Amino acid sequence: MMLMRGNAACPGCPIPRELDALLEVTGEKTVLVVPASCSTVIMGDSRGMPSRVPVVHSAFAASPAIASGLKSALEARGEKATVVVWAGDGGTGDIGFASLSGAAERNEDILYVCYDNEAYMNTGIQRSGLTPFGAWTTTTPSGKREWKKPVPQLIAEHGVPYVATASIAYLFDYQAKVRKAKDITGFRYIHLLSPCPPGWRHDSSLTVEVAKLAVETGIWPLYEIERGKFRLTSISKTLTDKKKRKPVTEYLKLQGRFANLTQEQIKEIQDEVDRMWDEFSKLEG
Amino acid sequence: MQRTSTRNIVKAMVGNHAVAYAVMQAKPQVLAVYPITPQTTMLEKLSEYVDSGKLKARMIRVESEHSAMASIYGAALAGARVFTATASQGLLYMTEMIYWAGGQRVPIVAAVATRAIASPWSILDDHQDFVSKRDAIWIQMMAENVQEAYDLTLQAFRISENPNVLLPVMMGFDGFILTHTMERVEVLPDDVVDSFLPPREFNLIDFSDPVGIGPVATPDDYIFFRHQAQKAMERAKAVIDQVGREFEELAGRGYGSTECYLCDDAEYLVVSMGAWTGDARVAVDRVREKGIRAGLLKIRAFRPFPKEVVRNVVRKARGVMVLDRAVSYGSGGVLGIEVKSASYGLDVPIHDVIGGLGGKDVRPMHVEKALEDLAVGALEEERWLL
Repeated sequence: MMLMRGNAACPGCPIPRELDALLEVTGEKTVLVVPASCSTVIMGDSRGMPSRVPVVHSAFAASPAIASGLKSALEARGEKATVVVWAGDGGTGDIGFASLSGAAERNEDILYVCYDNEAYMNTGIQRSGLTPFGAWTTTTPSGKREWKKPVPQLIAEHGVPYVATASIAYLFDYQAKVRKAKDITGFRYIHLLSPCPPGWRHDSSLTVEVAKLAVETGIWPLYEIERGKFRLTSISKTLTDKKKRKPVTEYLKLQGRFANLTQEQIKEIQDEVDRMWDEFSKLEG
Repeated sequence: MQRTSTRNIVKAMVGNHAVAYAVMQAKPQVLAVYPITPQTTMLEKLSEYVDSGKLKARMIRVESEHSAMASIYGAALAGARVFTATASQGLLYMTEMIYWAGGQRVPIVAAVATRAIASPWSILDDHQDFVSKRDAIWIQMMAENVQEAYDLTLQAFRISENPNVLLPVMMGFDGFILTHTMERVEVLPDDVVDSFLPPREFNLIDFSDPVGIGPVATPDDYIFFRHQAQKAMERAKAVIDQVGREFEELAGRGYGSTECYLCDDAEYLVVSMGAWTGDARVAVDRVREKGIRAGLLKIRAFRPFPKEVVRNVVRKARGVMVLDRAVSYGSGGVLGIEVKSASYGLDVPIHDVIGGLGGKDVRPMHVEKALEDLAVGALEEERWLL
């Protein structure tokens, strides 16, 4: 176990397991760069930390740049190690986006993992650019009006060697992607959908079920883009046929953040998911 | 006075190229610089050094100053000697990371080609950008001329990496007035610089002993770290002077926190920092010819502020005027505030002379006039050179 139990994560929070699964693959020679996020708290304090690898805490917008410098210095001293940015959705797609885009454009030799809990959860559930359409947050009390920012696609547009989505409910798929990413030189990006029981308003026992339904309904497709080649992975390979996908309501109804959606809005979400999958069908040929 | 060491090689260089040359000789492994006037030609020169292999380093061409400071911070944690340079808006934009690096007390050297802050836009010189970083746990030194900019850049690495200090160092030098002005510069041979700057020994990324760097600090730990930083700043005063003396052994040019010109018998004292110290020196000579016993105290280290030296020099004067190229609006000239604080309880009037903001020209005659007025009691408490 690379991340010790008894850390400061909330009950039902998948982050410790997601991190542990990552570190199982990348091993002891990993440096984690962690910007302001839930993981800042999970990583303990000045009296101790749960991680068995070095952790570099970072200002909110600085992680991709810190990781760029760290990796350069490790290389200069001949040290082979994986430098991983472990960042939330706000740090990735909002405040840290310029730094992320810069590191991607420079094709820095780092692995960037965004654990996306779809809002500023550490500050108490405020809307981010990655909060989905219709979701309640404390700053969108009547539901978010805009759609989720498509960060994995935006990073793929930079032409980086590896981009993937993943889910804690499909652990082997996630770890296979980390394994693949570990052995690629250049900028690698993995985007994990990471349910948050207090923020998504679901019972803390349902984390894996919610994560699984996100994939089964097609809301969260599992794919990878390796050197520009798009490929659906795991169960998502079977979901291009609409009949195989569960209706989005199965996913939405478990979460209090979607409790006030109208039938019309639910249809809008379903239509948007179907449109996205039509695109995937074309990409898959 | 200064003597020329036989080891020196004489060149003609603009300030930005002199600093770049010093950086090349210091052999950093990682650089990250974002272009901004009037620093840009330094970045260009450093890029040439890296691309031609004269400097074996990674130059990270970052997308912002925030990322420039962040990336060299990351590199510094993992043991690299690092450098960046910026000015004005760029310095403000990287401010979050300047504090971050200062808080972790990581050896870093940054050059600041001082420039006014917008709005309104100005690309010309003043010191407002530089002094705004006074509370960021950085040693701050300022050069008077191109020679000092070269010399202080080399010294900055030594001071920053000293195990009794471990603080980042900012080397300020006036935008355009020094960055773009060609002067005679004596540079040291590479092997002499090598002996002055041995490879850096500082690394926090140890896989056999993993630590968390910059985590949430308990209140007890937070104030403890900050107290340690203040103590390191106090220790840095002696190190700055010691490194200045060691540098003199090699180069024949003496350094330290301050420099005095005709202070010993001075009744009227000018205190200044940066390039216009040269103008102040001329003004002191001129008023001396008129029978006014004037002297000049140059501040080279702004942080840690050499308050003991300042106090001892001010004590002997009948009147003091502080030349200020930066203002704490609603209070007064920033250097003036420092001098007054260091002189607390002394019965010596201290006047602010504020000028040069946004590149406004200041000449020896302005300083001369202020000194004459000081001597006859006609200098205002705060005079603006408009």
